[in-house]
Amino acid sequence: MSLMKSLLAGAALTALSSGLAMAEPALIYDLGGKFDKSFNEAAFNGAQRWVEETGGSYKELEMQSEAQREQALRRLAETGANPIVMTGFAFSDVLTKIAPDYPDTKFAIIDMVVEQPNVQSVVFTEEQGSYLAGIMAAMVSQSKTVGFIGGMDIPLIHKFECGFAQGFKSAAPDGKVLVNYTGTTPAAWNDPVKGGELTKAQHSQGADVIYAAAGGTGIGVLQAAADEGILSIGVDSNQNHLHPGKVLTSMVKRVDNAVFDAFTAGTELEPGVKVMDLAAGGVDVAIDESNQPLVTPEIQAALTTPRRKSPRAKSRCMTTCLTIAARQADGGRR
Amino acid sequence: MDKMPKWADVVLTPLISLVLAMAISALVILAIGESPWMALTTMVEGALGSSYGWGFTLYYTTNFIFTGLAVMVAYHASLFNIGGEGQAMMGGLGVALVCLALPWPHWGVALPAAMIGAALFGAAWALIPAWLQAKRGSHIVITTIMFNFIAAALLNYVLVNILRPVGSMDPASARFPEGTHLPKLAEIAAGFGIEWGKNTPVNITFLFAIVICFLVWVLIWRTRLGYEIRAFGKSEPGALYAGISPVRITVITMLISGALAGLMAINNVMGEAERLLLNSVEGAGFIGIAVALMGRNHPFGVFLAALLFGFLYQGGGELALWTTIPRELIIVIQALVILFTGALDNMVRIPLERMFMAMRSKGKP
Repeated sequence: MSLMKSLLAGAALTALSSGLAMAEPALIYDLGGKFDKSFNEAAFNGAQRWVEETGGSYKELEMQSEAQREQALRRLAETGANPIVMTGFAFSDVLTKIAPDYPDTKFAIIDMVVEQPNVQSVVFTEEQGSYLAGIMAAMVSQSKTVGFIGGMDIPLIHKFECGFAQGFKSAAPDGKVLVNYTGTTPAAWNDPVKGGELTKAQHSQGADVIYAAAGGTGIGVLQAAADEGILSIGVDSNQNHLHPGKVLTSMVKRVDNAVFDAFTAGTELEPGVKVMDLAAGGVDVAIDESNQPLVTPEIQAALTTPRRKSPRAKSRCMTTCLTIAARQADGGRR
Repeated sequence: MDKMPKWADVVLTPLISLVLAMAISALVILAIGESPWMALTTMVEGALGSSYGWGFTLYYTTNFIFTGLAVMVAYHASLFNIGGEGQAMMGGLGVALVCLALPWPHWGVALPAAMIGAALFGAAWALIPAWLQAKRGSHIVITTIMFNFIAAALLNYVLVNILRPVGSMDPASARFPEGTHLPKLAEIAAGFGIEWGKNTPVNITFLFAIVICFLVWVLIWRTRLGYEIRAFGKSEPGALYAGISPVRITVITMLISGALAGLMAINNVMGEAERLLLNSVEGAGFIGIAVALMGRNHPFGVFLAALLFGFLYQGGGELALWTTIPRELIIVIQALVILFTGALDNMVRIPLERMFMAMRSKGKP
């Protein structure tokens, strides 16, 4: 009841002091749920960091069904939450529809561009971080064969796959990238057993570095790779510590920073598109004490150039990604 | 002679099961340190306390009526159709293709066409398992389950590679044109000058669902085909002896069942999202099994059970939205209700029957 009360109190308070910038921020998690060990949890961590640093409080919602997206957004906006941050591209359509109804509320959406005057769209250049991971994989791979395991076969994950393959090919032009997707239902994001099976299958085909971009499924990939004595690459959060010395690196996507920044900006949140790329620290490959022994000075050196020239790496990869997408849209006729 | 009066069979048994499920849910909520009373009031208020809550409850109810009827019809022929999920997914694809194919001038024109599309796609998805069952004896439970996964894979492929608008990250189709938007019940109510259920997804499909409930009742109990379906369901050798073709009945029943499941897409795809989403069915196909079981395989029972599950869905959603009770626990509550009303039905039924028998024998001299 306490939350309900505080929500009602919050509503009453904002009604009294409308116009004053003292509204609480709010965070809505996508259907994956708050503790998915990956994307949504990173958002939660960012919000927690904001609480620790400012002592403020925020509202959070977990949804249960697609029909609730609009319900959740409207209710939060009506209780006076500002800004409202939501994780995941699936909100884009609903947000486009309801943002004009609440012109005084600021919204932030992660992973998608929504063009409305009161919406900040935060997009990450996953392909850049994956590109760096690809270079690292190429440099440590003995067999010059690496694997990619995605969650569902959707455009967002194609960005990871494409960047990884591009980076790998830039350092090992004759190498081979094996690609598998875990499943066809949302359960694919949380199927560590299947992730482990795919890892073993790719290892038997010669892969000795495997990149997992599959949410909770990745835990199984990392585990199986450690068991098989090959290397793996984590995703979203820094997962190096899970199997020290066995995880080559993690392609970190700083969703937490995006949420933290949005909460800190508060009602002054700037509308428009915010690109969280390599230069902005939005994506990177994590190097810490767990994987330090694996990252040789040569690898460090190889990463410096693309890191500095990230815009070019990005544009090159994006063009390729777009051609792939176009080819797919064309039904493979090109 | 019946063991107990009809009202006890239809009303009392599910009610006691429900109370038992709620009691155990209350213990679970207590165990995690929350107040069960607060949880219950949040659920009832959120789902039934306002026209807004009703708008969502009835929207979910509409979904469950269709999938419940689908399971029910198949059940009368002793076919256990677990493929409602996949059939509803395919129905959604049918609706999307119809809605995107033409610039429809008015929903009144688009709706019949979309209904045909939904029913055809849903039925087609049930046809192969039906044929395999009838001709090859491949068990329909296994084949329909597997077809759910094939449907998910096919839908994923179509959405990502064909129907997705260029440049969009979201694996979903484009928005349907204006002329296919179904009137919401809120708009209809506003037409009568009543403010009811603003911004809720319940739409005209709900009224169709009630009509279809009645039509299914007519089909099963008032037509020759319905008689054949029931006869076949009671005894296959008996039906064969009476000149009823098992192959024909299996295939026709499954086509009707698949079409009903497919029609659900009118509500969630055409009525609510107004575009085809990857995750549009959201388990309604599986809930349909519980709805049919709880509804005692009668359309009116299906309607009531669908209403109950609509309430559980919306009330559960409200719990997740406005309390600190975790989402996973709401699934536990829903599962307990399914467990008690479906699987553990006899636990309540048999003692009740004994009680009524005892009362009756006492009444006699």
